[in-house]
Amino acid sequence: MTDLAQLESQILSQIAAAGDEAALEAVRIAALGKKGSISALLATLGKMSPDERKTQGAAINLAKDKVGQALAARRDVLKSAALDARLVSETIDVTLPLRETAAEAGRIHPLSQVFEEVNTIFADMGFAITEGPDIETDDYNFTKLNFPEGHPAREMHDTFFFNPKEDGSRKLLRTHTSPVQVRTMLTQKPPIRIVCPGRTYRIDSDATHTPQFHQVEGLVIDKSSHLGHLKWILHEFCKAFFEVDHINMRFRPSFFPFTEPSLEVDIQCRRDKGEIRFGEGEDWLEILGCGMVHPNVLRACGIDPDVYQGFAWGMGIDRIAMLKYGMSDLRQLFENDVRWLSHYGFRPLDVPTLAGGLSS
Amino acid sequence: MKFTLAWLKEHLDTDEPVEKLADKLTMIGLEVEHLDDKAKALEPFTIARVISAEQHPNADRLRVCMVDTGNGNAPVQVVCGAPNARAGLVSVFSAPGTFIPGKNITLGVGTIRGVESRGMLCSAAELQLSEDHDGIIELAADAPIGAAYAQWARLGDPVFEINLTPNRQDCTGVHGIARDLSAADMGKFKDPGIKPVKGEFPCPVNVTVEDATLCPGFALRLVRGVKNGPSPEWLQRRLTSIGLRPINALVDITNFMTYDRARPLHVFDAAKVTGHLTVRRARDGETLLALDGRSYTLDHGVCVIADDHGVESLAGIMGGEASGCSEQTTDVLIESALWNEINIAQSGRKLGINSDARYRFERGVDPAFMVPGLEMATRLVMELCSGTPSENVVVGKAFGDDRVIDFPLTEVKRLAALDVPLVEMKRILGHLGFMMAGSGPVLKVAVPSWRSDVSGKADIVEEIVRIVGVDKVPMTPFDRGDAARKPVLTQIQSRTRRAKRALAARGMIEAVTWSFISKPHAELFDRDPPVPAQANRRGHPELSLANPIAADMSDMRPSLLPGLVAAAQANIDRGFSDLALFEVGQVFASDEPADELIAAAGVRHGVASSKGIGRHWSGSATADALDAKADALAVLAAAGAPMQALQVVAGGPDWLHPGRSGTIQIGPQNVLGYFGELHPRALEILRADGPLMAFEVILDRIPDAKQRPTRARPVLELSAFQPVSRDFAFIVDRSVRAGDIVRAAQGADRKLITAVTVFDVYEGNGIDEAKKSIAIAVTIQPREKTLTDQEIDAVAAKIVAEVTKKTGGVLRG
Repeated sequence: MTDLAQLESQILSQIAAAGDEAALEAVRIAALGKKGSISALLATLGKMSPDERKTQGAAINLAKDKVGQALAARRDVLKSAALDARLVSETIDVTLPLRETAAEAGRIHPLSQVFEEVNTIFADMGFAITEGPDIETDDYNFTKLNFPEGHPAREMHDTFFFNPKEDGSRKLLRTHTSPVQVRTMLTQKPPIRIVCPGRTYRIDSDATHTPQFHQVEGLVIDKSSHLGHLKWILHEFCKAFFEVDHINMRFRPSFFPFTEPSLEVDIQCRRDKGEIRFGEGEDWLEILGCGMVHPNVLRACGIDPDVYQGFAWGMGIDRIAMLKYGMSDLRQLFENDVRWLSHYGFRPLDVPTLAGGLSS
Repeated sequence: MKFTLAWLKEHLDTDEPVEKLADKLTMIGLEVEHLDDKAKALEPFTIARVISAEQHPNADRLRVCMVDTGNGNAPVQVVCGAPNARAGLVSVFSAPGTFIPGKNITLGVGTIRGVESRGMLCSAAELQLSEDHDGIIELAADAPIGAAYAQWARLGDPVFEINLTPNRQDCTGVHGIARDLSAADMGKFKDPGIKPVKGEFPCPVNVTVEDATLCPGFALRLVRGVKNGPSPEWLQRRLTSIGLRPINALVDITNFMTYDRARPLHVFDAAKVTGHLTVRRARDGETLLALDGRSYTLDHGVCVIADDHGVESLAGIMGGEASGCSEQTTDVLIESALWNEINIAQSGRKLGINSDARYRFERGVDPAFMVPGLEMATRLVMELCSGTPSENVVVGKAFGDDRVIDFPLTEVKRLAALDVPLVEMKRILGHLGFMMAGSGPVLKVAVPSWRSDVSGKADIVEEIVRIVGVDKVPMTPFDRGDAARKPVLTQIQSRTRRAKRALAARGMIEAVTWSFISKPHAELFDRDPPVPAQANRRGHPELSLANPIAADMSDMRPSLLPGLVAAAQANIDRGFSDLALFEVGQVFASDEPADELIAAAGVRHGVASSKGIGRHWSGSATADALDAKADALAVLAAAGAPMQALQVVAGGPDWLHPGRSGTIQIGPQNVLGYFGELHPRALEILRADGPLMAFEVILDRIPDAKQRPTRARPVLELSAFQPVSRDFAFIVDRSVRAGDIVRAAQGADRKLITAVTVFDVYEGNGIDEAKKSIAIAVTIQPREKTLTDQEIDAVAAKIVAEVTKKTGGVLRG
């Protein structure tokens, strides 16, 4: 074996023995560094004859390449091993439970959600959404709506009153959202198509009544809208709101001072272990009242009942929310128990849309 | 309004099944709320005799009975716990498979304490006949064993209960209900008319009506020589079948007339009436012991019938005890009168009397039936009690106003989209008692005296539609028209919606609290209206309810926070003390519509910082005032407030901690809201456990955004040059506010400096006790060219100089 071959095999074995990148670097410097063993051999070439240089030069360069390749290969191995070793030390506990994101934990009250659902459906049918104040005048809440002074129909609404003012007048908490209809008719020329959602109040407190509750009313005034349209709208609404393909509804005559004819509407359903299934069953559940706007109401609001006609309806938001989502106790809607709200409430990103579903 | 099928059949010739009648009633507007068909429900219950009753071998309180059920088979063994189960007793038996209405179960063959029981002996409660469940039913010894119990006990007459609407006074009597059903093709109406009874002597008692507006009409007659006593079985059964208690024939006749003819009457014992009768207003302080046994103190608003002694009857509401009819009555005065509806309603409400008479008079009885009603009652008195009638005394009107409506035949189609042939319209109206004249397109329709609710064309349409059937009205698609599909929410509705979603997205839970709160809470959160003249007054009397449902629900809320704090406290009391609640809703600054504002508010309690609710390994913290600030700003951003224009200044209203609160405003004239820690004194008044972080902003106070013609966003300018960031730490007095340092740094070069953030706040070791260190990172965005080091240094020097000038801060070494 020549000296060169011996040197080469010695360096290669040193490379193989290098345990980490630093040791390998030491081997490289000892072989290929400025003062390295192979560098030293290359430096001797200058003193050689051309022929000798030719053969020796080729041999030394060959050895240098071999060493270089071995260094690179060994470096890759050591680098990879070092990485593996580092990664092993970097293990985390993937079973650690994480916090729910705020968007998962937060809740929208079911009433807010249902208001949005109702608005979405009626907006699609071309209705504007209007609102009015909770504190109303007797005139807007009763008189203009054809409740004669002292009429027993006023007693159907157990009204919260404020203290009388010096002039004897007294304001009240609206007993229905119908004053919004009055305000609209007084300020807007027909055609009118509105729904008025809002909070309403009556002195009543038991298992099925709370002193405050919520309603959405609708009003259409033009020259041609009739009971047939009203029935269709309510039917379409109920299908969309309860998210069912068909629903059986029963319209029966009733009485409200502000409509004539007046109807009450029941939907057919079956109660099944706390759930209510619509479009089947034996029970009829009353869900709303409606009718053709009474000529006296139109007149009181400056609209000629021989030219214009229309209809109105009103329903309890709390009630339809409970029916749809299977909430059993009205009072819980206002008790604000976080367990109840977390259970029946909606996530903030569950925005009702007709395209994506009302209740998602 | 209650009545039975047999009673109805007195007025309606019909063979229709009871269910069909009930459905039809509902569909013509007389909603049947309850149909109690005992014959059907109790069909399987039979009469049986207990042959023997032996002590149960394994139970002290049970007996083993052998029961003869009368069907010829061997006696049946029944285990019975009733104390009155004994040999020879005749009672009611139900076989296995029978549904027991009072227990809501279906009976099976059972083994009770080791002894088989093949049926049940029933109590009245188990049959839902009464509340009595002390023992099994005891029947007369001669009751037919094996017969159907309900039929034998005459329980077979189905009872209808109608939820009558207040407009239909005519249907407060069975006669009127039968009329409606006949119009709806359910049978033939029996209306033979009423024959007057000739008086045989002048009525010795005169009547004076002082105020005809309170009493438009009054009819009276005396029947002399009556023999009062229990009324006959048929009349007692009528009354008991609808839950009324028979008293004596004279009183029972008045109750019968009330339910049969919607004609309340009153009978006085003539021997107890002194002198003549006067209808007048009560004098303040007059009292009357009424027939319900209670004494009422009257006032000027109540109309009474008085004799020379004083008040004898509360007109149209209830008679007096002193002049009431008893079994000793021999001469009876029968009164049939008309009363002012509003006065009756007001007096009834004031006195707290809900009588059958009030119920009818406040709805308005048929004026034309005042005298015929008296005649019919007289006839009944003579039939049941004999006697000699006087002539009638009639004061005032005995008939109604004529009402004739011009009714265009097209009206039914116009309002209800129903094609009803003229002949059918006439048939319906005729059955209901309307008279018609004319043949042209407009019919003259005369309204019967008993239909005070009918006054216009629309009412006639309703009559026709309800009888034809609302189900016949064709559903007609409603064209939404070609109006653009644009958003329909108003600005405030849209803000409300966004505010709710934004707060829920911060992990908060939406509450809905009462609009009314207690007066002390309302005063604590008083929101003065923006009217300078009223600015100094305390409280808002115009927001106090005259008739609150509870003392702590007396005033309209000026703020959402009292309700939210109460809701939070209720949850804390339930053991859920780490929580974040919010509400978006109306608050009231006065009773004017413009002062009804939409507020968004929130509270955080316990470990409920913006990081999340409850302790967690990943980091959690007790909520502080700045979490409330973050909530407030998040709502404002979501609701579209101009965030650059908002100022946050230290301090807030009385209910917030003076050092841990802030006010969010756009200049001092437009305060949008407050945030901070609730003041300990406020917590005391609210009875809440602190510390509680709270905020409230008024969404109506956010300035309107500029309307833009298109939805396009402003052009985006992306700089080609890299931004540079430089950090500075300043030592400042502790009183210096971070916001002032940020503003000073921003002001150093408004063009180049695009962002300033505070990344460290430090007080403590290594820093003078009165000082703190605030470190900011400033982003410098070159506009036209890359900046040289010297240019950047020049900006930095300006920043230091500006901060030093505005806050006295020095660069930390």
